[in-house]
Amino acid sequence: METRTGMEMKTEIKTSPDRKREFVCIVCPVGCSLIIDGEGESPRVSGNQCKRGEVYGKQEYLRPMRMVTSSVAVDGGAQPLCSVKTEREIDKAKIFEAIEAIRSMRVRAPVEIGQTIAQDIAGTGVRLIATTADAGRSHTA
Amino acid sequence: MERKADVVVIGAGPAGLAAGVAAADQGASVLILERDERAGGILRQCIHNGFGLHYFGEELTGPEYAARFIEQAEKRGAGMGRSSASFGAAGQSPATIEILSDTMALSLSPERIVTAVNGRDGEITVRAGAVVLAMGCRERTRGALGIAGTRPAGIYTAGAAQRLVNLEGYLPGRELVILGSGDIGLIMARRMTWEGASVKMVCELMPYSSGLNRNIVQCVRDYDIPLYFSTTVTRVHGRERVEGVTIADVDENRRPIPETERFVSCDTLLLSVGLLPENELTRGAGAEIDPVTGGAVVDERRQTSLPGVFACGNALQVHDLVDHVSREAETAGRYAAEFAASKTLLQSSRGADRLNMGKTRVIGSGGTRYVVPQIISESPSETVDLFFRVGEVFKPARLTVTSGGNIIASRRKRVMTPGEMENITIRTDQINGEINVHTQADAQ
Repeated sequence: METRTGMEMKTEIKTSPDRKREFVCIVCPVGCSLIIDGEGESPRVSGNQCKRGEVYGKQEYLRPMRMVTSSVAVDGGAQPLCSVKTEREIDKAKIFEAIEAIRSMRVRAPVEIGQTIAQDIAGTGVRLIATTADAGRSHTA
Repeated sequence: MERKADVVVIGAGPAGLAAGVAAADQGASVLILERDERAGGILRQCIHNGFGLHYFGEELTGPEYAARFIEQAEKRGAGMGRSSASFGAAGQSPATIEILSDTMALSLSPERIVTAVNGRDGEITVRAGAVVLAMGCRERTRGALGIAGTRPAGIYTAGAAQRLVNLEGYLPGRELVILGSGDIGLIMARRMTWEGASVKMVCELMPYSSGLNRNIVQCVRDYDIPLYFSTTVTRVHGRERVEGVTIADVDENRRPIPETERFVSCDTLLLSVGLLPENELTRGAGAEIDPVTGGAVVDERRQTSLPGVFACGNALQVHDLVDHVSREAETAGRYAAEFAASKTLLQSSRGADRLNMGKTRVIGSGGTRYVVPQIISESPSETVDLFFRVGEVFKPARLTVTSGGNIIASRRKRVMTPGEMENITIRTDQINGEINVHTQADAQ
């Protein structure tokens, strides 16, 4: 699944009539306007004022990645929901699939921070882990 | 019920927890009063990541960041006290930190007597050696803006909506307009989009966003949500439920231009229009308040104009990074413990006067809106960090710090924006009179 997304992205780049794309750099508050000129796997970045901007621009052009954070329902929990995150960034294109999967999940208390909620979220190969602990209802009554 | 503690902390959010831990590490007995049922404060509902890069050197979500400090507090004896008698039981060493949850602090006297109330103990009077004010801040509401129109359901502050979605599992609306591009508004634009709602636009009164660049890109641009600057909501429509809002462009004086008014249908209006430090206790006790920050006037120890009363976190000044809150709170907690341990000495002849009569005033000029701390006392350390904000965007900026008219620090910055708190370190041995943090545009 992960590879397929990568392929889709490449196809999009190849078929795009205008290979130039613009991003606002998020590395620091300066917020440089980056222009990325697509040349396969090694696009040229301009408009950046530092090396970090170049790295960001390339990554954002070739394969934008994002963290996904949300909440899942807890059965027997002291709280109705338990917050979760992807252990690392996933393909931006996979966000909504991940959110959809998270929405239908339930977890049983007790829950520990860092506990695996799903082994592989939306076929990304990335774990979904809890970011809030919930000792369960009986412990807090 | 009457109690005593070396240091009483009001609030168990990130500021209160860090202050409590720092005070306990100085040997103080610490009592933290928390009105919610759990510790963690606003971080509990900030489930997105991006916290802790400065403090922990890694990116955490809000709940994870809070958990680190709760764990530190627990190591020093804290459980979330459902009963105030559950700590320091016979045979155990006395707890150094106790958190009293579901407990609302009602008043503070200049003599550091804190009155609080909860459903278990009734009224509680605590004699505090020192007090740390860490109440955080509140969101500005529709009432504060004076938006015209009807009063239907469907108008929320962004933080209230965040709590509903992230902690309670309710979606407050399906079609939204967000007014204000502060970080919480931006984060909620993404959150609501992820949960299937349609965010029609984010309107920002100012010609720039007060939110972080990263949030503008990753929460709004990523989802093609229009972000309109110099635009505001002038009217709310709908009887029972919001049916739409009127928006309008504003002129350079931020006055709506009537000819530009247009109707946008929506069922929900989220407001992310600023945060107000919560300082009823501070005012009630008679501490001097900075009219710009809305928080107490403090010295470099974060001591207010009342001896032994300290302030930190968003109750002192609205921060954009919790990492800075933690650091600031540690300073307040450490000096609060020191005050509690030595207050007999400090209240002697040199005593209260010395504390009250701050030696050096710190002011801002040019583009600088405010500086914290506002006073430098007899600083025991070699350097002092000054925190401040600018009132408009400078690209690039020249920052000059003078003391008694002499330049003691100067720096060029590529960009300074109102959304990012700035800081500059000065050496205390160079202080020689009033300190002025001046910001101006620099040559390109």
